[in-house]
Order: sequence, then C-alpha cells, then structure tokens
Amino acid sequence: MGRKLLIHNDKVPNIHTLEVYRAHGGYASVEKALKTMQPDQVTDEVKKSGLRGRGGAGFPTGMKWSFLAKPEGVPRYLVCNADESEPGTFKDRYLMEKIPHALIEGMITSSFALGAKQSYIYIRGEYFYVARILEAAIAEAYAAGWLGKNILGTDFSHDCSVQVGGGAYICGEETALLESLEGKRGNPRIKPPFPAVAGLWGCPTVVNNVETIAAVVPIVNMGGEEYAKIGVGKSTGTKLISASGHINKPGVYEIELGITVEEFIYSEEYCGGIRNGKKLKAVVAGGSSVPILPTELILKTAKGEPRLMTYESLSDGGFLTGTMLGSGGFIAMDEDTSIVKNLFTFSRFYHHESCGQCSPCREGTGWIEKILKKFIDGTANESDVDLLWDIQSKIEGKTICPLGEAAAWPVAAALRHFKHEFIEIAQKKKFVDISHYNRLNNIRP
Amino acid sequence: MKVTIDGIEIDVPKGTTILQAARMIGPEVAPPTMCYYSKLKTSGGYCRTCIVKVTQGSAANPTPMPKPVAACRTEVMDGMVVENTINKDVLEARKGVVEFLLVNHPLDCPVCDQAGECSLQDLGYEHGAATSRYEFPRREFERIDIGKYVQLHMNRCIMCFRCVKVADQLTDKRVHGVMHRGDAAEISTYIENVIENDFSGNVIDVCPVGALTDKTFRFKSRVWFTKPVDASCDCKKCSGKVRLWMKGDDVLRVTARKDQWGEAEEFICNECRFDKKKTSDWKIEGPTKVDRHSVISQNHYNHLNELKVQVLKQQKALGFMDINKRP
Repeated sequence: MGRKLLIHNDKVPNIHTLEVYRAHGGYASVEKALKTMQPDQVTDEVKKSGLRGRGGAGFPTGMKWSFLAKPEGVPRYLVCNADESEPGTFKDRYLMEKIPHALIEGMITSSFALGAKQSYIYIRGEYFYVARILEAAIAEAYAAGWLGKNILGTDFSHDCSVQVGGGAYICGEETALLESLEGKRGNPRIKPPFPAVAGLWGCPTVVNNVETIAAVVPIVNMGGEEYAKIGVGKSTGTKLISASGHINKPGVYEIELGITVEEFIYSEEYCGGIRNGKKLKAVVAGGSSVPILPTELILKTAKGEPRLMTYESLSDGGFLTGTMLGSGGFIAMDEDTSIVKNLFTFSRFYHHESCGQCSPCREGTGWIEKILKKFIDGTANESDVDLLWDIQSKIEGKTICPLGEAAAWPVAAALRHFKHEFIEIAQKKKFVDISHYNRLNNIRP
Repeated sequence: MKVTIDGIEIDVPKGTTILQAARMIGPEVAPPTMCYYSKLKTSGGYCRTCIVKVTQGSAANPTPMPKPVAACRTEVMDGMVVENTINKDVLEARKGVVEFLLVNHPLDCPVCDQAGECSLQDLGYEHGAATSRYEFPRREFERIDIGKYVQLHMNRCIMCFRCVKVADQLTDKRVHGVMHRGDAAEISTYIENVIENDFSGNVIDVCPVGALTDKTFRFKSRVWFTKPVDASCDCKKCSGKVRLWMKGDDVLRVTARKDQWGEAEEFICNECRFDKKKTSDWKIEGPTKVDRHSVISQNHYNHLNELKVQVLKQQKALGFMDINKRP
C-alpha cells in the first residue's frame, strides 16, 4: 500500500463536514503555520518538499510562490484553479466533493505564506454542485473562525470565496481564468507580464491547482523534507491519478510518485488490469493533451527501463518516445479501440474550446477536426495524413496560450505511433460505426 | 539598447518592441502585421504573422527563446539577436499563418471593395502559397449594417480585434465586441445595436480586410481607378487632415491619411469621412505620395536599396530561394 496524504479519509462518513474533518486532524496545518511559523518558513517548507504544480505543467510550486512580487500597499491574491476541464481528469472534483475542507485548509495556509488577504476558488460551471459543497464548507469555516478576521487570534485575516465559471476549457489557462474572474471574456492574456507580477486586477497573483493547494496541508504538517522522501528524484510526494478507459476499476487513485506504470495498470490496488481480459493498446497518461503512447512505450522507455509514474520517467525520450504526466488523467485503451476515432473525439473537443483569439488555433483546430471527420466517414486520402501532420506542426508553438500545443500534440503523437491506422482507412476508404459521432455532431455542426 | 535584426544592428530606447525596432531599420526587415496597430493600445499578438525567431535572448542571457515570439508584443533586450527574413522556420511558420487566415476567408476579392489595398492580399502575395489545401465549406454570415455608414461582412473577417480596440479606445458607450468563441467567434454590435458616435467610421480604416466597408463608397469604383489626394478642412471634431480618393472631379471616398505601414496617421471624424463629398468642402494640398501599401503603387519601382541587398545576401548565403523573384 502506498502512502496516502490527500484522500486517506475519503471513505469516512460525513468527512465533508467541519466537525468530522477536524476530528480527523483537519486544520492542524493552519494552527501550526499561524501559531509557530513565519510566512516565509511555510514557503521554504514548500520549496524543500519539491512539490510541483499538479495542474499539468509540473512547475515547482515553491519557486512559483517565490516569484510573487510583493510591492508595498498592493494586495496579493491566491487563486485556486478548480476549472478542471482537461478530458480524462476528474481528480479535483473528487477531492473537492469528498473533502472540501482539505482545499479550504490549503487555501488558508497557502494564503498565509503568500500574504494574501483574499483568495478565490475559480470552479468550472459544470461543477455547480461541487461549488455548493465548497460554499457550505466555507460557511462552516467562517462560523468556526477559520476564515474571517484575526484567525486563531493572530493578526492574519483571510477571506475566501468561490466563483463559478461558465464552463470553458480555456478558462483553465491561468490568465484566461483571471480574465474570467474579473468578469471579462475568458481570453488568455499575452505574457509577459506573468500573473506573479500583474495578475488579478493587475495585482500580483498566484494561481495554483486544487491538488497543489491541498498538498500544502500535509507538507506543513509533516515538514517539507519528510514529504520529499516520498517519490523519486524531482518527482516528490503523492499524486492523484484519474484512471479511466478500458480498465477494470476506473476511479481516482492516490499514488506515490515512482510506482511503475505496469503496477498502476495491472495491480489490484489500482486499475486492476484491462477489462474483459483484453490487451492494452495505448495509454494517454496525463489528460487528453499529452501524447498518446502505445503499450510497448508506456510500459518501458525506449532505453528498455521500466517506465515510472513520475514527471521525468514519463517524459523520458521527449515526444518521440515519451509523453508527460500532465494533470494525471490516465486513459487506458484496449486492443479494440480505434485511435483515429479517439483522436477525432479529442480534436472535436479542442475545436469547440478554442477561444478564437489567435489564428493558428482558431482555424487550425477546426481544420484538423474536419479532416479527421473525413477519416471517420471513410472519405480520406493518403495525402490527408501528411496534411494533418503539417497543420499540427504549424499550430504548435505559434499560439498565445498552450491550448495550441494541447490541440497539436495528440495529433502528432497519434500520427507518430499509429500512422498505419490512418493509412489503412485512407486506402480502404471505409470506417465503421460512426453513429455515435453523428449524433454528437448534430449538436454543433 | 542594441538589438540585431537580420544581421543589422540598431540602437533603440528601452521598452521598444522587436517590431518597432525592425520598422526603424526599414520595411526590408520589418515583419508583416495584420492585427498590430501602433495607434491602438494593447493591439497585436493575435494574428501571429509577425512571429520571429529570437536566437539570442540578450547579452546577459544569450540562450535562444524556445518558441517563435510575436514581434509586436515582445520587448527588446540589450544584445538581442532576432531573425526574421533570414530564418527558414520563421518564413515557413508565417506561410502557415497565412494559410490559417485564408481557411475561412472567402477570397471574394473580385467583388470586394478592399481589393487593392488589402493587407491580407499583400500578405498572401508575399508570404503565402499559391493554392490552399483547405477543401471544406467556409463559414458564412449575413451582412450586417452597423450604423448608417458601415457594413460588416463577417465572412471576410480575420479576427484582428482592431475594430474592437477602436470601439474601446476611441469611442465611448461601447456596443462593439466579440461574440462566441473559436472559429464561430464573430465581431458584433451587441444584438445589432448601432454604433452612433462621431468616430465610428474609423473601424473601416483599421480593418485590414474588407470586413468593414464604407457604405458611401461600396461598389462605386475599384480603388486603383481612383486618385488619392491629400486634403484638409477646418473641423471642430478632428484634425481635418484626410485623404480624398477622386475620380475626375468627384470625391468618391474620404479616408484618414495612412503611413507607410498602412496605419492611419490621425483618426478622422464621421462628418469629414461621410458627409463632405464635394471638392468645395476641402482645401486640396496635392497628390498623395503613393506608398507600397496599395496596388495603386504599381509601376512605382523600388530600387534595390542597400538594406535589401544586405538581406538578400544573407538569404543567398543560407541557400534560400530568392523569395522576391516571382516564378
């Protein structure tokens, strides 16, 4: 059994209430931080812990915090990115739904470290019911004095509020999130300036993922060095993985970073193997944007070493033979899956979610989807395979925000590892079973 | 601050963007722009045609920037080295951007009033491919009248956001913005509200394509059959410095004076633009010096200047095809 730090209490009845949460050791990190530590000490602990952003990019959280500009007389903000919209990722929802106080506790402790008097939880519109859970939890926290003026009798005051978004994928990008939070159209800003300098309402802002903020709680409780002992190399601590697809036991699992991918897929503790006794064909390891890998490359790196569930091991070999840990949206596909169909689904999503600001993404995502539709219809030519490759290469790296890459990488990886499937369709001029997609297409032609 | 663009060094003040620095050197090395407009704040960064490669970030930190950057929104650092026309990847990427911009553009130039002074035409001619690989139906919209004088034809729009910035920064009571997202995004005056203010006509001048056209000029004449003349008048609302587009003695159209980058020198008011269509309304200053930003400049050859020769030499050394030679 791996250690669990975030969702070890998820099965406790009524853990969503403050009473039960407190009885299980909740809010200890707030007490410890506010009473015995200085803000910078908390940041130092986070630095020592080696915690990396759990939203997808894996940027060291302590470093991000230390970049925060601290001019006199200007408020600073902590914004929690709960706009979890990467297809295949649902870990934050699970955490917020089951243990809302874990997030709120993390928000208070992190805000203390950053000196933020106000923090926001920006949650996606589809999670409206989770927002209600969070709001109820915040109300409880206010009533018990964990939020509000002079928390625990110290001079640290803090307010936290929940903002429900409209449900746009792009609002998970941190600057688009800030725009949306300010009440504007959720378009990504052009960087620099980065949010650490000019974020929400032009003030220094830190934007962190739900899981990152929740992980601050165990880090403060056990100390950064102790936390860093879990994991391998620069991938420390535990990570929530949303496992989905053709596995026996889909769900959210907390793993110690460093277990092998093989163990994660086949052990009874986690996914429990591929369902119906089928063979594994491919895995998208970190949410739909990261490159898909075929079985032989996901279980072993190109060098023949077993692949681990860590930031480094998964990205070993670059994009030629590797992928990314991303947000931890682990999608396994069995041997009967059509990669073409899967890619079409992803591309349809990116087309729908492109914000329309910069031309490569706005026009390219739609174009990719239309070409893939030709494959689904069985009318594609072999030249369309090369065209797809060319389009994705012209989107990647040319856009304002990372959505361009997110749309281009899956196409590139599918063509890199499963080109034969595309060629086969183009040669046979035939693809079966498209009823499902036709139905979906009627929603938005 | 010293910055080197395509092997040509220039000294610029702090806070200058790469694009501005390149424009200071000259049009030979300046990247093309579709959305950047020096007179509008926060414009630029959207179209991605001005992307360049920074091969040296600064003298202090000489590592190259990993991705191509938008020249219009990237400030120069001391000792920065930028490659624009001498970098194959940049030219290839720009060709890609042109193709993307043309994906949903109807290419109805033969019936478009902008033809002949269209930035997209220029861009496609200089940086694009002769054919498009896009084979699907393009998006279509109904034409919308916004106000008495301006017509919006969204089919042609390339989403440069310039008109939105004009509505934001030049006029009050904004009713002009963007609706929807992705390739369904469209410029809209909210629920077809009318733009009613004295400077709304400037959206026509800033539009790089024929999406916003002057209804007093629509289908009157091709621009290359009209003769540009600089004129002025005493106007209480604006500077009154305009350009008249004449055919014989008739004033067919009035626009702002545009500089060599195709940008209005000064914005003009609607009265000057739409109502003063008689020569007697104006003090004629003389014929406009024709710039490169129009097909009406045809037969006005630019001789190969020293700068161009320098750029061509570098391109040749790198084994480029001469992109200025037409097949």
